[in-house]
Amino acid sequence: MRHLLSTADLAKDEAIEILDTAAQMAATQSREIKKLPTLRGRTVVNLFFEDSTRTRISFETAAKRLSADVINFSAKGSSVSKGESLKDTALTLHAMGADAVVVRHWASGAPYQLAHAGWLDAAVLNAGDGTHMHPTQALLDAYTIRRHVVGGAAGQGGGLRRSGDDGVGADLAGVRVAIVGDVLHSRVARANVWLLRTLGAEVTLVSPPTLLPVGVGTWPCRTSYDLDSTLADWRPDAVMMLRVQRERMSGGAGAFFPSPLEYTRYFGLDARRLALLPEHAIVLHPGPMNRGLEISAEAADSDRAVIVEQVANGVAVRMAALYLLLSGTSSSATEGTAL
Amino acid sequence: MTAGTGMPGTPDRPAVPEGTVVLGASDVARALTRIAHEIVERAKGAQDVVLLGIPTRGVTLAARLAQRLASIDPAFDPERDLGELDVTMYRDDLRRQPTRAVGVTRLPEAGIEGKTVVLVDDVLFSGRTIRAALDAIGDLGRPQAVRLACLVDRGHRELPIRPDFVGKNLPTAQSERVRVLLAEVDGSDAVVISGREPGAGAPDEGEGR
Repeated sequence: MRHLLSTADLAKDEAIEILDTAAQMAATQSREIKKLPTLRGRTVVNLFFEDSTRTRISFETAAKRLSADVINFSAKGSSVSKGESLKDTALTLHAMGADAVVVRHWASGAPYQLAHAGWLDAAVLNAGDGTHMHPTQALLDAYTIRRHVVGGAAGQGGGLRRSGDDGVGADLAGVRVAIVGDVLHSRVARANVWLLRTLGAEVTLVSPPTLLPVGVGTWPCRTSYDLDSTLADWRPDAVMMLRVQRERMSGGAGAFFPSPLEYTRYFGLDARRLALLPEHAIVLHPGPMNRGLEISAEAADSDRAVIVEQVANGVAVRMAALYLLLSGTSSSATEGTAL
Repeated sequence: MTAGTGMPGTPDRPAVPEGTVVLGASDVARALTRIAHEIVERAKGAQDVVLLGIPTRGVTLAARLAQRLASIDPAFDPERDLGELDVTMYRDDLRRQPTRAVGVTRLPEAGIEGKTVVLVDDVLFSGRTIRAALDAIGDLGRPQAVRLACLVDRGHRELPIRPDFVGKNLPTAQSERVRVLLAEVDGSDAVVISGREPGAGAPDEGEGR
C-alpha cells in the first residue's frame, strides 16, 4: 500500500493484513512501556481542515507510540485562513520533509488530489473527506466487530465464534451488520459498507428515506426504513448507530425529519430495541454521540456497547496503518505486501 | 555425518533438492539436548529460566528446548516459562526491506522481570535480529540476565554479539544461504546450505565451541 484513501480500493487480503497488524499493535498497548521505536525519525503531519478531536488525537497518539515526530496543522489560525491553496500547503509540507500526511478535509476527494497530483511524495492517509470516506474509522469498526463477533472476546460467547484468538486472520464472512441513522451525510457509513462487503459481511442500512443518498441502490448492501423489523427479523450481529449530523443539515434539524423526537421514536436505539437483538450482538457508535437522539443513555452505557473500546482500537488500527504505509522500501510504487 | 546425502527422514521433501544437508534430524535432536543441559548448568537449575523464541523457527526450537528442560529439571514448566518475542518493530532495516508482517509476542504470565531469559533463534548471522530482540526485551522488563541460544552460528557478525549456546558452528561464505528446516513447519528436520561453490567440501569443525 502506498496511500490509504478509500476502503473501496482495499483488497480483502490487504484489509485483513491491516486488522491483523492492528491486533499485534493492540497487544503492545497493554505493556508498561507502550512506545515502539519503529518509525523513529519519520515525520507525520496531521493536516486538519475540519474540526476533529478524537480522530486527530487518535492519529497523534498512534504516531507517537511508534516514535514518529508529529506536526499538527489545523486550518484555523494557519495560512489556510489567509487563503492558501491546498497545493501550496502540500508543497510546504513536501519542503519540510513529511513522510506521511494525515488529512481531513471538508471536500470529498481532497486526499485523493493530495496523493495523486504530484505535489507530495509522502504517504497520504484519509482521515475523513467530506461525505466520501473515513477508512480508518471503518477499519477500527471492522476490527471491533471481528474481535467480538468472530473472535468471541470479552465473554461474548456464542454467535459466529470461530477462533479463540480475537479472530486474528479471519474475515467477517456471514456477519450481519445494521448501520442505522444519517447515512446521507455519513462518510463512516460509506467507508463501512465497502469494507464490510470486502470482508464478506452483509450490511443493511436503516434510515429515513430523506437521509438515504440518491443512488444508494447501487451500493453493495440492503436498505430498510424500519428499524424494529430489521432488528427482530434480520437479527444483526452488530448494530452501528450513526450520529445525526445536524451541522450538515441546513435549515436545522427539521429539514430532514419532522422533529428530533419523531426521529428518536423511529430510529433511536433504546432499551426496548436493545432487547430485540440477539444475545451476542454488539452496539457501535463512531462518536461523538447525541445521547437521547440516535442512542439512549441506557443503550450507550449497556454492556453490549463497545463504544469506548472502539476508541482504544482506533489507536491500534491507526498504528497499523502508519506502520504498513511507512515501513518498507520507500521507493516501492507498487503494492508492498508482507513477506 | 555425511555431507551431500539426504538424511533418513528427509526422503520425499521437494523443498530440499539443491543444497547440502549439514545436520540431519538426529544431529538437530542431539544439539538441542546438549543446549538444554548447558542452559541448566549455566543457570544452576531451571527455576528462573524463561525461554523466548524468535519467530518463526526460533519459536519451534524454543518449544522443543522447553520439553527437554522440563525433563532435566521439573522446576521448569513449559506452559509457564515459554514465550515468543517478535522483533519486527525493533528492526533497523525496516526501510530497506519490503513491509514485514508483525508477528505475535507472547510473554510468560509472570513476565521476565528478574528472570534469566534465554533467546532462541535458528541461525545466528549478522546479529541484527538479536540486537532488535535485546531492545524489545528492554521495553518489556528487566531480566536478571539475557542469554542467547542458536542452532547454527554461521559467522559474519556485524555487531558485537556472541551466542552462549550453539548447536553447530558452521563456517560459511557470505553468498551462501543457511536454512533450518523443522518438522513442525517444513515436514522434516535438517540444516541445509545452498549456494555453495562446487568442489568446496563441507568444513566440519565439530560441535559446539
